[in-house]
Amino acid sequence: MYLFGYRLPGMSSLILWGLLWEIVGRAKLTFFVPPLSEVIETLFSIIGTPAFQKALLETAYAFSFGVFFAVVIGIVVGILMGKNRLLDELLLPWVNVFLSAPLTALVPVLMVLFGFGMQSIIITTALFAVWIIILNSRAGVKQINRSLVDMANSFGASPMDAFFKIYFWAALPEILGGVRIGIIRAVKGVIIGQLLISIVGFGALFELYSANFLMAHFWAVLIVLFALAFTISEFLAYLERRVSYYAAKR
Amino acid sequence: MAMSQIKEDSNQTEVVKSESAVSVKNITKNYGDIEALRDMSLEFPRGQLTSLLGPSGCGKTTLLKIIAGLLEPSSGYVEVNGKSVTGPGPDRAFVFQDFALLPWATVLNNVAFGLEMRGVAKSERESIAEKYIGDVGLAGFENSYPHELSGGMRQRVGLARALSVDSDVLLMDEPFSAVDEQTRRKFQEDLLSLVQNENKTFLFVTHSIEEAVYVSDQIAILLPRPSRVSEIIRPSSFRGKGVDNIRRDPEYLDIVDDIWSSLRTYVE
Ligand SMILES: Nc1ncnc2c1ncn2[C@@H]1O[C@H](COP(=O)(O)OP(=O)(O)OP(=O)(O)O)[C@@H](O)[C@H]1O
Ligand SMILES: [Mg+2]
Repeated sequence: MYLFGYRLPGMSSLILWGLLWEIVGRAKLTFFVPPLSEVIETLFSIIGTPAFQKALLETAYAFSFGVFFAVVIGIVVGILMGKNRLLDELLLPWVNVFLSAPLTALVPVLMVLFGFGMQSIIITTALFAVWIIILNSRAGVKQINRSLVDMANSFGASPMDAFFKIYFWAALPEILGGVRIGIIRAVKGVIIGQLLISIVGFGALFELYSANFLMAHFWAVLIVLFALAFTISEFLAYLERRVSYYAAKR
Repeated sequence: MAMSQIKEDSNQTEVVKSESAVSVKNITKNYGDIEALRDMSLEFPRGQLTSLLGPSGCGKTTLLKIIAGLLEPSSGYVEVNGKSVTGPGPDRAFVFQDFALLPWATVLNNVAFGLEMRGVAKSERESIAEKYIGDVGLAGFENSYPHELSGGMRQRVGLARALSVDSDVLLMDEPFSAVDEQTRRKFQEDLLSLVQNENKTFLFVTHSIEEAVYVSDQIAILLPRPSRVSEIIRPSSFRGKGVDNIRRDPEYLDIVDDIWSSLRTYVE
């Protein structure tokens, strides 16, 4: 972005929004929005507390396992669907249904099936992320150049070789896009899981702060969460750019 | 080269199969209602280059893929070195019209891909690949990616990959159609010396009558769908006269004319 001929660093619009936040907060329009400076102060005061670190650890644990399963299952199922007509016909309607389904409504069912512990939270997280990863991996395989597959077959590639050395790489740009969106969804999933299943992690903090109207605390945790999600998503966007040189030429 | 030719011919067990490297026997291929090939039989002499020439859509690619084992015929069978084809095998290598290079892999890894699929260890396949990259004139480009190369260079990579697995039979589906005219002529000359120096059988699909006559020991003219072989032409006199004189040779010009007059009815 350029302003009066000067190139502004990325995301400088955030400064504007931060200022607006500060003004609205100081004007005391609503208790819901404390000034940004107060939020940031609170952020630094709670970040070292054991309660916060425990919450961070619990959330990171559920999140990483959930994302791990979503990525592995999503990529494998997506690629197989893209390769195999029968499997595709069989699974595609379900993937589409779950992609747009209100998954939150399913959480009570998961609790009945898998209990009130970490296991259910991990499954909820994975469930939020996996569908878009499946769809994107499938789309990546669908656009593969047929002669690459013929080429691999003509040299006697085994199905495993074809999977890991052709399909996976050919679909990688789409897969990374899917994983990036999936991870953002997983952040939603892990918090919803922590709020609904057992009150742990960041979910517990949100619950605690909002019930006690500690809005500065509430916003502080939200900012931490946003920063974490943003960092991961930017990292994946960077990987995506790394492979974009061949995305257009497959 | 002449030595090894003699050696092979004198080998008793080789004699029987030495006439044809590839035999196509009564192949029919249907795509649903479309009959692409009908009862096609064709012999491909060992160590020679045979062109498949015919109008677009007559089933040349289909035939080549059936020989490669990538497609199943509806009926009939293919024999390579006397053995019936049931799938792809190490005795055949394919050169693709659109090059079929892995865009995420370097030239070196692309050329080594065939060897990798055949289980050759990394260091060995890389040294073989390097040799063939040099042979096709791409030394120094080992670590380039396909999108950094011109069309002609990409096809050299495809050719090096097919040569590196050292198959008896090379299946080439319009390998030069996506490169410019000058490069194409250079490729045609290179192909002639390849046929002479490598003891391989070449199956070469082309749209171009001149190209077919220029490079072939034998030309099979195919008719439109359902495709059969209408004619087999074996140019004889100009092959030994050197690459520069072929295009001026009376026999060359006569054959080009003959083929055109027999094909023109299908174009009109
Ligand atoms: N997968 C397929 N499904 C249905 N029909 C097909 C398929 N592949 C080829 N055909 C048909 O079979 C016929 C022969 O196709 P093929 O690609 O072998 O022709 P070709 O001689 O290689 O043509 P060209 O010179 O244009 O490359 C064509 O008419 C085409 O319509
Ligand atoms: Mg073709």
